[in-house]
Amino acid sequence: MGGVHPPENKFAEKASIEVLPPPKTVFIPLSQHLGVPAVPVVEKGDEVKTGQLIAKGEAFISANIHASVSGKVVKIDLVTDSSGYRKKAIVIQVEGDEWADGIDLDIPLVKECQLGREQIVQKINENGIVGLGGATFPSHVKMMVPTGKKAEYLIINGVECEPCLTADHRLMLEKGEEILAGISIQMKALEVDKAIVGIEANKPDAVEHLKNLAGPYPGISVEALEVKYPQGAEKQLIKSLLGREVPSGKLPIEVGCVVHNVGTSFAVYEAVQKNKPLIERVVTVTGSSLKKPVNLWVRIGTPVIDLIEAAGGLPEDTGKVINGGPMMGKALNDLNVPVTKGTSGILVLTDEQAHRPPEQHCIRCGRCVTVCPMGLEPYLLAILSDKKRLEECEQERLMDCMECGSCLYICPSGRPLLDQMRVGKTRLGKLIRERSG
Amino acid sequence: MNEFFNETTLLSVASLVAIGSVAAVVLYVVAQKFKVIEDPRIDQVEDLLPGANCGGCGLAGCRALAEAIVREERLEGFYCPPGGNQVMQEIAEALGWEAGEQTPMIAVVRCSGSRELSPPKVNYEGAMTCAFAHNLFTGEGGCPYGCLGCGDCMRACQFDAMYMDRQTGLPVILDDKCVACEACVKECPRDIIEMRKKGKKDRRIFVSCINMEKGGVARRNCKVACIGCGKCVKECRFDAIVFENNLAYIDFAKCTLCRKCPPVCPTNAIHELNFPPRKPKAGKEDAPAQA
Repeated sequence: MGGVHPPENKFAEKASIEVLPPPKTVFIPLSQHLGVPAVPVVEKGDEVKTGQLIAKGEAFISANIHASVSGKVVKIDLVTDSSGYRKKAIVIQVEGDEWADGIDLDIPLVKECQLGREQIVQKINENGIVGLGGATFPSHVKMMVPTGKKAEYLIINGVECEPCLTADHRLMLEKGEEILAGISIQMKALEVDKAIVGIEANKPDAVEHLKNLAGPYPGISVEALEVKYPQGAEKQLIKSLLGREVPSGKLPIEVGCVVHNVGTSFAVYEAVQKNKPLIERVVTVTGSSLKKPVNLWVRIGTPVIDLIEAAGGLPEDTGKVINGGPMMGKALNDLNVPVTKGTSGILVLTDEQAHRPPEQHCIRCGRCVTVCPMGLEPYLLAILSDKKRLEECEQERLMDCMECGSCLYICPSGRPLLDQMRVGKTRLGKLIRERSG
Repeated sequence: MNEFFNETTLLSVASLVAIGSVAAVVLYVVAQKFKVIEDPRIDQVEDLLPGANCGGCGLAGCRALAEAIVREERLEGFYCPPGGNQVMQEIAEALGWEAGEQTPMIAVVRCSGSRELSPPKVNYEGAMTCAFAHNLFTGEGGCPYGCLGCGDCMRACQFDAMYMDRQTGLPVILDDKCVACEACVKECPRDIIEMRKKGKKDRRIFVSCINMEKGGVARRNCKVACIGCGKCVKECRFDAIVFENNLAYIDFAKCTLCRKCPPVCPTNAIHELNFPPRKPKAGKEDAPAQA
């Protein structure tokens, strides 16, 4: 249902992933995941090695954080994040690159996994793996199927429907074997025998590559999907692959599915087989004005400006730098903010591309209703949110909105539909929490 | 029988009269049986209230306040901010009760981070509502406590007592129109607007900043931020200034409006309103005349 097809602009599609050397100083925020921030276990002045645990996720929905470099902890202080607000972070001065013990840095593929279900989940938890598609939900929580529910399918998201981003695409081409091994580990942990990798048809090389590799893995199939945004969202992906619809306000497990990103599968492989924590990820640095759009292996905590330097420097006519893709990403306030576990891309827009069209009156064309993948009525929800008619918003299922921005993209009058709905969601969420005590 | 008074018309008129009479009797009986006896004083009180339905009393409107006053049989704890002491006195006289005096209040904006003093670092193009901007980022000037300048407070004001100054990007409160209904206080996502004592001759002194960051950090984003130096606390002889979380706060209940603190503030974060101009002192710059 719904969806839009923005220009793909995958400038960095052909650029193979390069390794970005560690910077001089890294800023590692304590809250890089959905849920409770991690609690630091190091102190100012401590020497840390790459991969060493520096903050522990103590709550149920939280994740461990590891040092992405070796060096000295300079301070644990508030550091400006991408919204401009200051959040707690561990600052490490880089000295060499010495890895912690127990991490296997050998490249050869280790296919077989001898560990049991619980051990796998524990490894994922220990190594701080979170969903790398963007939502950064702690992966070990997703791996624990609630009692009374049964997972039937593991769905792997290789859709990468966000325009401009190519990180998952390159990862599938370059680390296909590892991803498949990761998927089979995840299947074992979830006790499912079927896994489907969904990839949009605009990446035929990745579909082909994974199809060829998937032969020896029982139960894993690769499907090419129609190109449509936001197909990479959990519920939309399940609908496209299996035709099942997840009920409003429920999780995919309701229809027997668990969805993970390809990047997460790769991180799971590394965590379980190589004991390597999540300390680096692939980030696409792209934009039509950049000299050299690239895909980079980046250590968590590297300042964004370093990534842009690696892509040929910040062009003079830059109007906006976005953390993420053009549809769901957020504009950065400051280019010194660090890359976190959820950073999938850095998009540089020229001044000409960056501005919103002037806001005009709603002409009741209904395009926002047509494109809404959740079947909502954005024009109405925006008005209701603006007028604080929250009960009506709830009846109109405002909380189902996943903020994909399709309505905002299609609106010919340039109305800030999503902005208003986000305000409404915040207010309604507060109301619902108050009501339930 | 002519063509107007034939059998059909007479019959319909007769049946309508019959139905009407029966319905009238039924309605009369029902109205008598289920009569709601309302205290006539409620209407009396409601008539005395301004009828703005602003919610400043904390209740759903003027009728609700009238009902509450009559139901509780007291005036204590009830106050109509737009009407003020005068209206409360009138209600008290009409009901034959005693009315307590309440200090009149007024809204003050505790941020002076104008475009000039807290220059924009980024350009915001999203929806012009503070509620959204607050969730999204720190604001154009970069201060996470400062005014976002989208004017949610102005839109919440039913009394035209506020306007957004185009030059500074900050809201301005009109002393003669503000009735202290607190609508703007509730609307501001950053709790910048505060209700303070109106003061003698509308004179007020307050710290026009709520930034709790350390001095250096606050100062980086705004030239008139409270940097938490504590000079004003030392200067105050009445213990009216509380110092907490790198921020000074003047307790209006204790402040005697002696005007000692504004000149010592190194960042001019303490504002004095509606005072006569200071006499120039030798060897010292005259005090900032902020308004």
